[in-house]
Amino acid sequence: MSAGGPHPPTVLGSSAHGGLAVAGHGEGGHHPRQQHHFYTMGQQLEASILGMWVFLVTEVMFFGGMFMAYIVYRTWYPTAWAASSNQLNVIMGAINTGVLICSSLTMVLAVRSAQVGSRAGQIVNLILTMMFGSTFLVVKYFEYAEKFHHGLVPGPNFNPHHVLPDGTIEHIALPLGSQLYFSLYFMMTGIHALHMIIGIGIMLVMLRWAIKGRFTPDYYNPLEVSGLYWHFVDVVWIFLFPLFYLIPSH
Amino acid sequence: MDLLYFFIVAVCAFFAVLVVALVVFFTLKYKRQSPNEVGADIHGSLALELLWTAIPFVLSLVMFGWGAELFFKLSRPPADSMEIVVVGKQWMWKVQHPEGVREINELHVPIGVNVRISLGSEDVIHDFFMPAFRVKMDAVPGKITTLWFQATLPGVYHIFCSQYCGTKHSGMVGQVFAMQPQDYAAWLAGGRANGTPVEMGHKLFADYQCATCHKEDRTGRGPSLVGVAGSAVQLADGRTVVADDNYLRESIVNSQSKVVSGFQPIMPTFQGQISEENLMQLIAYIKSLKPAASK
Amino acid sequence: MTPERHSYLDAPYGLKAWLLTKDHKRIAMLYLISITIFFALGGFFAAGIRLELLTPKGDLLTPDLYNKFFSMHGVIMVFFFLVPSIPATLGNFLMPIMVGAKDLAFPRINLISWYLYVIGGLIALTVLAMGGIDTGWTFYTPYSTIGSSTNVSLAIIGVFVAGFSSILTGFNFIVTVHRMRAPGMTWFRLPLFVWANYATSLVMILGTPVVAITLCMVAAERTLHLGIFDPKLGGDPVLFQHLFWFYSHPAVYIMILPGMGVMSELVAAMSRKQIFGYSFVAASSLAIAILGFLVWGHHLFVSSQSIYAGMVFSIITMLVAVPSAVKTFNWAATMYKGSVSWESPTYWVVGFMGLFLVGGLTGLFLASMGLDIHLHDTYFVVAHFHYIMVGGAIMAYMGGLHFWWPKMTGKLYNESLAKVSAILVFVGFNLTFGPQFIVGYLGMPRRYHTYPDEFQVWNVASTLGASILGMGYMLAFTYLVYSIFKGEAAPANPWGAKGLEWTTTSPPPTFNFDVDPVVDEPAYNYNPTGKGVHVG
Repeated sequence: MSAGGPHPPTVLGSSAHGGLAVAGHGEGGHHPRQQHHFYTMGQQLEASILGMWVFLVTEVMFFGGMFMAYIVYRTWYPTAWAASSNQLNVIMGAINTGVLICSSLTMVLAVRSAQVGSRAGQIVNLILTMMFGSTFLVVKYFEYAEKFHHGLVPGPNFNPHHVLPDGTIEHIALPLGSQLYFSLYFMMTGIHALHMIIGIGIMLVMLRWAIKGRFTPDYYNPLEVSGLYWHFVDVVWIFLFPLFYLIPSH
Repeated sequence: MDLLYFFIVAVCAFFAVLVVALVVFFTLKYKRQSPNEVGADIHGSLALELLWTAIPFVLSLVMFGWGAELFFKLSRPPADSMEIVVVGKQWMWKVQHPEGVREINELHVPIGVNVRISLGSEDVIHDFFMPAFRVKMDAVPGKITTLWFQATLPGVYHIFCSQYCGTKHSGMVGQVFAMQPQDYAAWLAGGRANGTPVEMGHKLFADYQCATCHKEDRTGRGPSLVGVAGSAVQLADGRTVVADDNYLRESIVNSQSKVVSGFQPIMPTFQGQISEENLMQLIAYIKSLKPAASK
Repeated sequence: MTPERHSYLDAPYGLKAWLLTKDHKRIAMLYLISITIFFALGGFFAAGIRLELLTPKGDLLTPDLYNKFFSMHGVIMVFFFLVPSIPATLGNFLMPIMVGAKDLAFPRINLISWYLYVIGGLIALTVLAMGGIDTGWTFYTPYSTIGSSTNVSLAIIGVFVAGFSSILTGFNFIVTVHRMRAPGMTWFRLPLFVWANYATSLVMILGTPVVAITLCMVAAERTLHLGIFDPKLGGDPVLFQHLFWFYSHPAVYIMILPGMGVMSELVAAMSRKQIFGYSFVAASSLAIAILGFLVWGHHLFVSSQSIYAGMVFSIITMLVAVPSAVKTFNWAATMYKGSVSWESPTYWVVGFMGLFLVGGLTGLFLASMGLDIHLHDTYFVVAHFHYIMVGGAIMAYMGGLHFWWPKMTGKLYNESLAKVSAILVFVGFNLTFGPQFIVGYLGMPRRYHTYPDEFQVWNVASTLGASILGMGYMLAFTYLVYSIFKGEAAPANPWGAKGLEWTTTSPPPTFNFDVDPVVDEPAYNYNPTGKGVHVG
């Protein structure tokens, strides 16, 4: 095995996007953001992106457990599922879907702004993304409040009812399995909302860095990788919405 | 079953001895002679790889097939089996014979008779295990499970709970008394019976007003239950299911789920209102409802 | 090693430098210390169990306390010892060096993973201080949701956090193997230890999140009454079992695959020979990882699972045994015409092979559905999995620790004591768990703290074995720690082995290599010209 003389390492898979084309051969000429254990910026970027995809796979498996429970119980209790779905507010759900899709758009535009070197673009789009995300959470808050008022929270206080204009309470008879539906509803949308909150937190950090001018056309790894996370959270909602809100009942 | 067990023991022993012998032999025969010695330049052999992939593969398929066949037999109680109801609850086994005699943590059975146990649980998951008969089955709340066995030699055998269920899990033990048929009959006669499962089920049927809708002459708002147990039932959503114990149980506790074709979904659910034991008695009663000119 | 040289151990100095390190080697040592503490704690609970089981009556511990002992033993040993063991210590230390890199892809995430492990561990210790849990490490519902009055939710948080730590380790390894290999280090030149940890990492990232969410559901049911497994609400307690075992079966492959990787390295090095059937051994690691995800139902044969589902699981379980058999044969064949040295690592190797063989073969009994009806939830199962996890995984871990000890610490340990320790562990282990096969077949259920008198003789033998086993481990701990302070300085390559780690100093410098490596030969290239060649 040759210990090798000062043998410049050949560049491993450097890519054109986001990296210096061919870095200096390890001696000087390091990009200021290149971490010491990487040979080139290209390698660093590819590692970050692969890393984020692997992490997203774990998130898929995480939500996947709950989707499995959903599939099993929906198969067993189709009438409960349909009747419970009727209790959800489709308008609010649809608004949230639209809001999230817009937020993904602004996220992409933020990354694009970095690619073309527009600091203002990054800042505006990051702020918009966070605003859309916050809107989602506010709407969610109102939705949850509505559920509480209608006694749809599973557990000892599960008591589905409407309050009629004249003050009388009209009970809603929901079939067996409805509490399972609502347990899954709260767990899945709740954990999704938690991921949104974390996402907004990440965006705050990105915003701070964007304001400081940290992202340039040749380095915007954190933005790209945060974007992937944000899109993932959006995609999870795209599944949750039809599965919970759009179940037809006959 | 023991035959399969010893077959696998033999196979394992063979391979274990083979590998161990080879390893011991190689490490001794090829012991390093000098500090700088290296081994021979051998990389592999496709032939050997295929050989030692194929042989274990074939052997494992044999073990699978044999085991699966055994499992199949153990899952299908013979039709002529004597039916015993067992309900587990923390931390005891409640046993009820078809003639009504009840026991706690004990099971008297005649030898030479197939015994089928319908198993339920009132709280957490338990498991009814009789090592002498090489059978066990989990007792799961919300379901009815079954196991069957036949005692061949008179004697006293262990019952264990073998699914961890809390504080007195290791205290949830009992005994099977396998007896000669005449001794069993004598024991049965001496026992205090406060109603067979069928009789108790009949009483529950009346108490819960089931007969209001489930009339035998088919004029009720619910289907007649005569002959339904074990038959094929067509459901309102087009499916056809077999009315086994779990179907009957589900129809009582979650009546909206599998409504019979031609009937409205108006049966109230009895979830949480009827204990597992009573559910099994109701089912025993329903199973006893056979058409007048039956068989 | 010239006196001027600073290894990763020396510089930079100070506690803060260690606690804020990004160096994978230091992080590996931090893990080594914390994992050893948890191993000792898990061992303490094991001792309690075995002492209680000396007599048929429950005279040492109350039933509740005994239930807590076996539950804590399981939770600590599985989540806080076995799952991290080889990957977080040997893996963290060696993976970058073996691929020829300066560090893992994400050094800071590596440090975070250690902190998460510590936080999870502290939570577990808090649960312990608050009385422990009594649900078993398997948390079966409904007992864990409505039955138990212990601190289940807090314990779940501890396991969740530790699980996240393991996900981060796995994800770091995957990106490192894909993107950080040195020039010339192609996939098929990688050491098999790397293949094994790569396969393990795939399992870690795919499986751990599922148990995380499943346990979250249990905690949610306990705290927020979201009754997902509650039969009264229409839920199915067996659904929990499916979701739980979907991770926990692959988890056992997380525990054994790295050990198999260690075995490949040690067999090759101790025989000074190319591993027989390199690509088959590499492929079998991946096969085990993939097939391992398809067999979880073999834990549910008597749970009310459908017979047909059971048959599918049974046959695939039989199949997953085949790659393990292939590896075992390949290791044995590697020794053929090798130059085998009986230095201390070899003792661990031979011990592993014997014990793993028995453990793996006894799995066949359980995979066979008909037999499993009898053997499920008896001591037969307990013996089977301990043969693999302790007889296999821990022996491999010990063997690896010994083999790479000079590299990691720069010190040599006492060879004779190491051989004694290996023998004590082997003998003690067999005496502990061998009788359990018998008592299980005779019908003794698991998790029992009282039992019928006729089972006593086997239990006494088992406890006796456990004391010998414990002595073996304590001896190893003693001479290994002693060597750190008083051991002889180790040369760069004390075993005369091949591998990038042996080309650098013992211990290595902070950035692993003085000169960036370039690889131009296959792994285990002991005999490149076909004649006996001078090694070194």
